[in-house]
Amino acid sequence: MRITQGTFSFLPDLTDDQIRAQVQYCIDNCWAVSIEFTDDPHPRNTYWDMFGHPMFDNPDAAAVMMELTACRKAYGNRYIRIVAFDSTHGWESVRLSFLVNRPENEPGFRMERTEHRGRAQRYSIRPYSSDRPAGERYA
Amino acid sequence: MNVRPEPVEGTETVEERPSAVDLKSEYESSGVKDVLQELDRELIGLKPVKKRIRETAALLLVERARKRMGLNHRTPTLHMSFTGNPGTGKTTVAMKMANLLHRLGYIRKGHLVSVTRDDLVGQYIGHTAPKTKEILKKAMGGVLFIDEAYYLYRPENERDYGQEAIEILLQVMENQRDDLVVIMAGYGDRMDRFFASNPGFRSRIAHHIDFPDYENDELLRIAEIMLSEQSYHFSDEARNVFADYIEARRNQPHFANARSVRNALDRARLRQANRIFENSDGPLDASALSQIGAEDIRASRVFDASQEPGSAS
Repeated sequence: MRITQGTFSFLPDLTDDQIRAQVQYCIDNCWAVSIEFTDDPHPRNTYWDMFGHPMFDNPDAAAVMMELTACRKAYGNRYIRIVAFDSTHGWESVRLSFLVNRPENEPGFRMERTEHRGRAQRYSIRPYSSDRPAGERYA
Repeated sequence: MNVRPEPVEGTETVEERPSAVDLKSEYESSGVKDVLQELDRELIGLKPVKKRIRETAALLLVERARKRMGLNHRTPTLHMSFTGNPGTGKTTVAMKMANLLHRLGYIRKGHLVSVTRDDLVGQYIGHTAPKTKEILKKAMGGVLFIDEAYYLYRPENERDYGQEAIEILLQVMENQRDDLVVIMAGYGDRMDRFFASNPGFRSRIAHHIDFPDYENDELLRIAEIMLSEQSYHFSDEARNVFADYIEARRNQPHFANARSVRNALDRARLRQANRIFENSDGPLDASALSQIGAEDIRASRVFDASQEPGSAS
């Protein structure tokens, strides 16, 4: 099951040239671009690990692409996303984020039904991959 | 990624291939002409340097035209080394070079990041690589100017972290030639020794440009330009005295061409300010405030030292 999230979730995966163009757009808007990765695909998982430092003062997207290549080398079998942080007063938040890498196999989610009070049912989803401990999920 | 879609059409615009190129109009429209003229106008002397830059610009212009025509072309290696004594304008030319390469489209941003050994090499194990990478990332899309590059290599200490920085530099210089241009600068003889012990650099640097020392009259012209930029000027006598000053200063240790001239002028301004402050007893006009007199220069220690050789300046 192909997981989507973030700004371009409705599009097919971006090519490297397209990623570079988007990153350059972020830099030109003075947003700090950083790279994050995770192997927990749950949509409620907001705490991803950051790869390296956030890049505040690189005027060109080539720097981010270099880090992305390094990140893919190290964590090629995990989800990697690019995050653009806007530090201007009033925003101080993420303006844009999109996936740039995904594991070879994405097993998807299991839906769990739980009986609740008064014959009510509660539903939850659990990624099949999270059955294994962190770090070994997509090995 | 497992799902690698077909590249979307239209992300790379296919330029129409022209059948003929007018190099002259190309030269003017790309702004290369402006940069070269600026170089001629603002930099005194340095004839061989200007000639080399002109040649490089011509090569890049032709190379770009070839690319447009669809002829076989390779991105030329643009890494350079500037050698010359201190104060001969290496940093200034590097800034112009960044501008030139930007106008020609060989670098995307055209900024100059100027660093020395301390910015690249760390102080403990594992500190160097991130530090060097950080600088390289900052310089991407522009020019990385490494001043006194020979300090990176310390042969007397085989565990020196400089070697690590050199390896990362070489790797990026080779693999990301499209992303940044590295200019290394330093004194001629020490750079030669540096290149001799790091053959990887020599082969990756295409342009070696040597900066000659300035002539005495060139330094005098530089002094006048520096003064006029700050709305000062020499009196006629002061100009002659300053010419003598340059000649005397050249024979003393630590002579740094234009930098020595700038320092001398700063000191002359200080003396001038003192002189008019102490002697003034009435309103001063603008010309009195902006004229450097002969006595402001003659007070320099350089003249004492030149009369009794052997004493330090």
